[in-house]
Amino acid sequence: MQKTAILVENVTKEYMLGQIGGTTLKEEVQRLNARILHKEDPTRKIGEEPYVYGDRFLALDGISFSVKKGERVGIIGQNGAGKSTLLKLISRITAPTSGDIWLNGRVASMLEVGVGFHGELTGRENIYMNGAILGMKKKEIDEKIESIIEFSECRQFIDTPVKRYSSGMYVKLAFSVAAHLNSEIMIMDEVLAVGDLAFQKKCLDKMNDVSRMEGKTILYVSHNMNTIRQLCERCIVLDHGEIIFDGDVETGIGKYIGLNNDEYPVSYQYADMPRRWHFGKEILIESFRFYDSNAAKFKAGGLIPFEVVLSSKIARDDIIFVLMVKDRNDAQRIAASHSEKFSICVCKHQVFRFVFNSQGLTPDHYLFDFEIIQFNTDGVHHSYDAPGANMPVELTGDIPENVWSTEYWGSIRMKDMEVFSE
Amino acid sequence: MDNSFDTHISAEHKLFDLHMRETLNYWDLIVLFVKRSFTTQFKQTLLGPLWAVIQPLLTTIVFTVIFGHFARLTTADIPGSFIVPGFLFYMAGNVCWSYFSSTLITTSNTFLNNSGTMGKVYYPRIVAPISTAISQLISFAIQFSIFLLIWLYYLICGGTSIRVTPWLLMIPLLVVQMAFLSTGFGIIISSFTTKYRDLTKLVGFGVDLWRYGCPIAYGLGLVPEKYFGLYMLNPVTPVITTFRYAVFGFGYFDLGYYLLSWGVSLAVFFLGLILFSRIERTFMDTI
Repeated sequence: MQKTAILVENVTKEYMLGQIGGTTLKEEVQRLNARILHKEDPTRKIGEEPYVYGDRFLALDGISFSVKKGERVGIIGQNGAGKSTLLKLISRITAPTSGDIWLNGRVASMLEVGVGFHGELTGRENIYMNGAILGMKKKEIDEKIESIIEFSECRQFIDTPVKRYSSGMYVKLAFSVAAHLNSEIMIMDEVLAVGDLAFQKKCLDKMNDVSRMEGKTILYVSHNMNTIRQLCERCIVLDHGEIIFDGDVETGIGKYIGLNNDEYPVSYQYADMPRRWHFGKEILIESFRFYDSNAAKFKAGGLIPFEVVLSSKIARDDIIFVLMVKDRNDAQRIAASHSEKFSICVCKHQVFRFVFNSQGLTPDHYLFDFEIIQFNTDGVHHSYDAPGANMPVELTGDIPENVWSTEYWGSIRMKDMEVFSE
Repeated sequence: MDNSFDTHISAEHKLFDLHMRETLNYWDLIVLFVKRSFTTQFKQTLLGPLWAVIQPLLTTIVFTVIFGHFARLTTADIPGSFIVPGFLFYMAGNVCWSYFSSTLITTSNTFLNNSGTMGKVYYPRIVAPISTAISQLISFAIQFSIFLLIWLYYLICGGTSIRVTPWLLMIPLLVVQMAFLSTGFGIIISSFTTKYRDLTKLVGFGVDLWRYGCPIAYGLGLVPEKYFGLYMLNPVTPVITTFRYAVFGFGYFDLGYYLLSWGVSLAVFFLGLILFSRIERTFMDTI
């Protein structure tokens, strides 16, 4: 049986609402005096409801879970769900109000990179400083210093004070130290949200490596679902201080996204929405509707019918409707489909129906966007209206999950290749 | 369920939870903190570590002029005709006081100054005041060496009552006592400053006042007979008079008061540790 690395039992963290700390001694004495004499608190502001002061807020409400050695667990949830509080408790920055946490092995918390960095010290000195704060001994750092410098890509500047570094170099150096820790449990809070994409990927790969090879346990908090997918094999979803899901990553992310958006609306009104530039002046998109469905959830690869209502002040016969598919996580456009050319007249409330063929898109969550364009004779397109929609759409699949792994191959599955043998 | 966990974090708190072994594991961090505070203190200054010397020298000169020449306060701890150069007398007191007060003031800001790192990473919080006490010790060593040079000068030139006695061996003990006392007071104050910022204002002022409650600007001979017992309750007083006894070879020493001051030092230190270990668990929520 694999050993348990982290065991959290019924942990609660309570914060006082109202003025937390920072009070003066005088106020404290007055308040204590009032409590003893059962009088009204004299430091309370007039008109303030009595229960507001000292009211309690549960940042974590009876959390229990356990993590096995070598597991990589992602923790997701909306802001204020209690993610960071949980990490703070496990990394011993503050103590729980009730409950117990047991840990096996040293904990390295990377709630922020570069803790203890001092601008006046050189890169090399800061590696020692930062490593020591994170709990490494000098001897351990001596052994790793070469690979840390190598990983940080800062060798040239390693004996320069870090106040002369660019912010990117600073972060790279800091992360390199953290990635080389000898601890068994690593706790990371969005630390990968820094540095350029190439370095982010390098870090993720490094984390993956250390976890797989050295059996390190990883707790990772992020709002970036892609990095969660790449790094984690299990996912805990927090909401208002409670665990609402604990299990595989895709289902967890689904739960989290569901939290953000309780439903997938089928109907959108754009008539009164303010537009940028010239959009909507000549041709206005009034509404968009998936008319054949009661939620914007469709079968991946299937046909998606929808209806658009337009008002136009011009008459043309070469109008094209473009449907754009965006990545759910970062709203980057990943694919688009053009309609055939169609004609519009100078009139209001013209209804058009389209069918979007989703072939190639794999089961996942997407955002749909659209615009109305026309190509001129030079082949340059002119956009008439683009309200900047972000309609959440879920494509579901009945195929077994292992047939297509989005995290490796992306969301779009192109036509299979043909093979010829000689 | 297996009970083989190394660390247990719970809501309950033991009264005397010092995790000494863990702190020893962080010895390298203490060393680095000391190094850092020392090297960064003098970066981009013209005179560098000389500042550690200039400051007490200037204070001593001011004391010599004001209290020696103008106020003409006695520098005698005991009756009798002993000759001590005024400069050396004031410097002995100032070197001790400078270690005591700077350690106290810096440790009293432990949580405030380190909230940046402490809010992000766990390391035994006591590491910070320990490294403060040690880095102040280095400043003390520099100042003390200057003092010794001047002391040697007077010793060789003669004309004073200064003698070399085995009492010199008391000095390390006195330094240790000062470290306990100042760190103790410092961490007690630091435990309260997480909640009550008023104290930070009070500390600088209070320490200044305290200096005049100690026989630094004057000798014990100035203290009226009536209040002598009360005066000696100040735990810093026996340290300073004993220090002067040690370096001059004569002076005031009373075993009773001296042991009492040690008792107070230890009591303050352990009270400080208890308070500190209580506050360190949740100070991030209130700071």
